[in-house]
Amino acid sequence: MRAMRADLHVHTCLSPCAEPEMVPTAIVDQAKRMGLDVIGICDHNSGQNVGAVLEAGRRRDLPVIPGMEITSREEVHVLGLFRDEEGLSALQNLVYANLPGENDPDFLGEQTIVDEHDELVGFTTKLLIGATGFSLEETVQAIHDAGGLAIAAHIDRERFGLVGQLGFVPEGLPVDAVEVSADASVEAWEAGVDCNVVTFSDAHVLRDIGTSSTSFLLEEATLEEIGMALRNEDGRGVLEAGGG
Amino acid sequence: MKLAEIVDTLDLKVRTGGDLEREVSGGYASDLMSDVIAHAAKGHVWVTLQIHQNVVAVASLKELAGIVLVNGREPEQATVERAESENIPIMVSPLTAFEVIGRLYELGVTGSTD
Repeated sequence: MRAMRADLHVHTCLSPCAEPEMVPTAIVDQAKRMGLDVIGICDHNSGQNVGAVLEAGRRRDLPVIPGMEITSREEVHVLGLFRDEEGLSALQNLVYANLPGENDPDFLGEQTIVDEHDELVGFTTKLLIGATGFSLEETVQAIHDAGGLAIAAHIDRERFGLVGQLGFVPEGLPVDAVEVSADASVEAWEAGVDCNVVTFSDAHVLRDIGTSSTSFLLEEATLEEIGMALRNEDGRGVLEAGGG
Repeated sequence: MKLAEIVDTLDLKVRTGGDLEREVSGGYASDLMSDVIAHAAKGHVWVTLQIHQNVVAVASLKELAGIVLVNGREPEQATVERAESENIPIMVSPLTAFEVIGRLYELGVTGSTD
């Protein structure tokens, strides 16, 4: 078992608010340069670029966890991290069926789908920046039903964070962890919530990848192992959440 | 002014129990609950479109007089149950927040925190 540094909240050029430079090979290169052992790809309400980054990661021997950053109807962002593309696509279907609206690239940015060599495949017209019809609880449930881990994203931020939107973490909400931003105090949040606190970069530009990460003690860099670490099972655990 | 008067005048639909004879001290409107916790005052009626059960906890914490949900939004089941147990009146209006707040202001319900 060894310590593995994970940045499980990285966007790609599919997210309208992310830079066009966030293409698979560049993301993987930067993650390697930053010494990360595993990354997670979480675009807003879509997993359409995950396969490409998985493949780019495979070529460089960098494990990539498939994920999605889902917007609940309360406008709370929740990360769903999955074992494989199958789990992700189960959630993708649910989310797309409950995500109204159409993107306006001029105002909101392009939503670019690329392949594992960064070549343009197309654009998605879904309004990825919008909110789904799912409540926070339904979102967490849907992630768990698809075999995933649910992490409330950047709860320290007023915009789109669980605490900003809903005041506090609802009692009994079965999230596997809460994420705080790079500049937040992990210790302070640990004292305030009854839950694992992790930190990831939420990178929308290359230079942010790995600037905030969490170290896990794992046998290998898989979702199962990360889940075990969050539950402190069989010697796995969360070692340190902090800056890059 | 009592909550019951507001219910009558604005033709609100009352979805949970709670004390409609309570005196309303003013009003607050926001959909960010962290903001409501920071700025609403005791006895305020709260205008929001959030239907999540945390609205009840926030209203209890701040000792608000009641919650008005706008745009015809109905409280989630868990929200209703929690409101029943904490005696927080939840009312529903088909009108927009702008309309509801305007009518409240006409009635003399202001944003004052005195």
